[in-house]
Amino acid sequence: MTKTIFVFLLLAGSLSARAALDPAQVNQLAAEDSSDKVAAIQLLTQSADPDAVRVLKAMADDSLFLAGDKAVIIDGDKAFDAASGAAIAMPDNPESVTVNNRIRGELANALATLKLFDPDAGVRLASAQKLQSSVSPAMAPLLARALEKESDAKIKALLVLAHAQADLASKDPIARRAAVLVLGETTSPAIRTLLLPLTDKANEPNNRVRYAAISAVKAIDGRLSATENFGRVFTGLSLGSILLLAALGLAITYGVMGVINMAHGELLMVGAYSAYGMQSIFRAWLPEYVDWYLPAAIPLSFFAAAAVGALMERTVIRWLYGRTLETLLATWGLSLILIQAARVLFGAQNVEVANPSWMSGGIELLPNLILPWNRIIIIGFALFVLFLVWVLMNRTRLGMFVRAVTQNRAMAGCVGVPTARIDTLAFALGAGIAGLGGVALSQISNVGPDMGQGYIVDSFMVVVVGGVGQLAGAVWAALGLGIFSKLLEGWAGAVIAKIAILVCIIIFIQKRPQGIFALKGRFVD
Amino acid sequence: MTTRNSERTPFTIRFFSAMTRTQWFALGAFLAAALIAVPVLNLAVPEGSAFHLSAYAITLVGKIMCYAMVAVAMDLIWGYGGILSLGHGLFFALGGYAFGMYLMRQIGRDGSYQSDLPDFMVFLDWKSLPWYWSGSDNFLWVSLLVVAVPAIVAFVFGYFAFRSRIKGVYFSIITQALTYAAMLLFFRNETGFGGNNGFTDFKRVFGYSVTAPETRLVLFGLTALALAGTLVLARWLITSKFGRVLTAIRDAESRVMFIGYNPLWYKLTIWVISAVLCGIAGALYVPQVGIINPSEMSPGNSIEIAIWVAVGGRGTLVGPVIGAFVVNLAKSWFTVSFPEYWLFFLGLLFIVVTLLLPKGLVGLWQTLRARKPEQGAR
Repeated sequence: MTKTIFVFLLLAGSLSARAALDPAQVNQLAAEDSSDKVAAIQLLTQSADPDAVRVLKAMADDSLFLAGDKAVIIDGDKAFDAASGAAIAMPDNPESVTVNNRIRGELANALATLKLFDPDAGVRLASAQKLQSSVSPAMAPLLARALEKESDAKIKALLVLAHAQADLASKDPIARRAAVLVLGETTSPAIRTLLLPLTDKANEPNNRVRYAAISAVKAIDGRLSATENFGRVFTGLSLGSILLLAALGLAITYGVMGVINMAHGELLMVGAYSAYGMQSIFRAWLPEYVDWYLPAAIPLSFFAAAAVGALMERTVIRWLYGRTLETLLATWGLSLILIQAARVLFGAQNVEVANPSWMSGGIELLPNLILPWNRIIIIGFALFVLFLVWVLMNRTRLGMFVRAVTQNRAMAGCVGVPTARIDTLAFALGAGIAGLGGVALSQISNVGPDMGQGYIVDSFMVVVVGGVGQLAGAVWAALGLGIFSKLLEGWAGAVIAKIAILVCIIIFIQKRPQGIFALKGRFVD
Repeated sequence: MTTRNSERTPFTIRFFSAMTRTQWFALGAFLAAALIAVPVLNLAVPEGSAFHLSAYAITLVGKIMCYAMVAVAMDLIWGYGGILSLGHGLFFALGGYAFGMYLMRQIGRDGSYQSDLPDFMVFLDWKSLPWYWSGSDNFLWVSLLVVAVPAIVAFVFGYFAFRSRIKGVYFSIITQALTYAAMLLFFRNETGFGGNNGFTDFKRVFGYSVTAPETRLVLFGLTALALAGTLVLARWLITSKFGRVLTAIRDAESRVMFIGYNPLWYKLTIWVISAVLCGIAGALYVPQVGIINPSEMSPGNSIEIAIWVAVGGRGTLVGPVIGAFVVNLAKSWFTVSFPEYWLFFLGLLFIVVTLLLPKGLVGLWQTLRARKPEQGAR
């Protein structure tokens, strides 16, 4: 409502455009004094005449000259009268018009502003968007004129905002208050900073304007913190889905064998390097399809990590059953070897894994809230993997065996489950899922030999909180930890958040040593 | 009557009977070597001679003796208590930082900024010392901190962890998370411990120059004494009734509980003692090495402590010392000669020791020695 009234006011107060350029103004462009030139540029800009673009452009291109007392444009071997644009005879000895940096900046501004009157709607839109961050009070009448001419609703909305920003410095308290009211509807930190001075009595003598500004800032603050929190929940979700991919595999191997695989983070690394390898293959042989390396990398990384996992199980972990603490150390040794192998093979530096073009960009929900595609896709991917694992664990024979061994290894062996083979398969499966997590990770963070190290503690925390041998536990714990830690990070910083979460987990274990979802049954140690 | 008699045995006798005569003799030989032979070889033997001990060798051995103390402390909790801590680097670093504060204050106005404050605080534009630095120029107070800070951290953490009967891999991972979180905390400049760079550029200790050979030898001797003391204390602990209950808890916690012991206090006691020993080792380490920074708390460092113990042999006291020396000498040789392969070697060491040498080098030697007379008798 206020908006429409405001637009109406602008329409009523606006001036009509002039027909031709004023020769006096044009000639002033060639004045000796820089300030005179600037004034002329501003006057020309305010005329909003499309013809002014021609002259100002010429000036910016250094083709404006002074012949006698008249400004002329010289293009190659042709000369034109600057004011009318008519072709004239080449003047005898034209003096070039000096354009210093100050003038150049002024010209760039003027040309940008005049784009608001461009016949092409796309150009107008781009110009209006650019104006949002760089509007000066002097532009107010010009913007009013642009508003009056504008028919496109989207551009119009942008212009209303720009005009309101320009009007904040207006001498008229009514116009200021109207501008404040319009700006109070937005959700942008930049506009909040613009409004903030008006809440101070020293800057804003008028009470009505000041109160309006105070409530506008408050309203913007409320919306900003709401969107910020929403953004944090979203990044928390995407962190949680990475944690989920890392923890799913760990939950399976820990559930089945009671073994903490300290090399699990390095399996993530194997997956990420597989993505890098696939990208290199595509770049070398299929450069036209390079955007599609990612789907091709998914199976590769699954099988690469699964193969490494199966090898680890067969050569080392198998021989350490019942000695969980030693397994911890042995798998740590494996992780050191994998890290050093990656350093030797790919170098100690991080390698570059590019986002495919269809994953860059994002959905802009609000000016300060953009949901990047890569994070959205990762969340979807995690859900997809979760679904596959669920199907595998609950609808296939292998899954049934795995669950049987998790619940009671001896009994499962007695009824004919090949427990040794199930161990290898389960370990390979867990490793493969970690490899998939590595592909996802390669899209949002650095790929380097040390990338896995940071995730083992986090993903084990997920397993501890979620409880062993339960997919649901891992899911809730991963998402919960992801969101909780991002929200905490928002107001306490990353380090404090990490420590707070650790403390929370230790307290949590006091209450529920079996995790959120405990397996029902009788256990004895 | 006999039980009465054993109860009446004076403390000193019990203490001395904790070790056999050979063990006391070996310990005496070790101390004689460290306190007499090493200074003579370093100071009295001319530099060109084949018997001269270089300052580098003294620092290296002194450093490794600190590590050996940590390894013995780790063995107390892991080898005898069955609790694998992956966070002992934290206690080591806490002791080191506590003593490092004293060393930083000893720099006085000789730092690059000629200020009363340590250089990093001037750099951060701090005007005065934070409250937890107060008294850090007092040696006695700092010595108390070296013992008390690891003890308090260990007590609080251990109380909650052992009370809820967290054990096995759960406990290991949580200790790892603990040291990881502490590392992140100490990396921050605002924490007030020099951030990334930690403490370095020490000038003096007790007013003597840190780099002087005499100071080094004194520190070396103190470390040797501390290591010997640690070994005697550990020996006495594990041969006492306390140590026997502890070993029983390691082997069958539920049964010990059913007999009527509360494992919490036994575990907590050995856990805190272990942490304090680490703290003292850290305090001796810092002036010899000349730097302490948060990377001492990295999870990898703490796990390495476990491998020293595993290589030497768990559940023996001389094993961790041997393990610490073997692994660290190998490390300083590898990182100079084949830096690329050190991690491969270390990784393989983890695997080979756990797979093939579950009792470590000492266990291997014992098995070999036990087999020989058998074969001879046959």
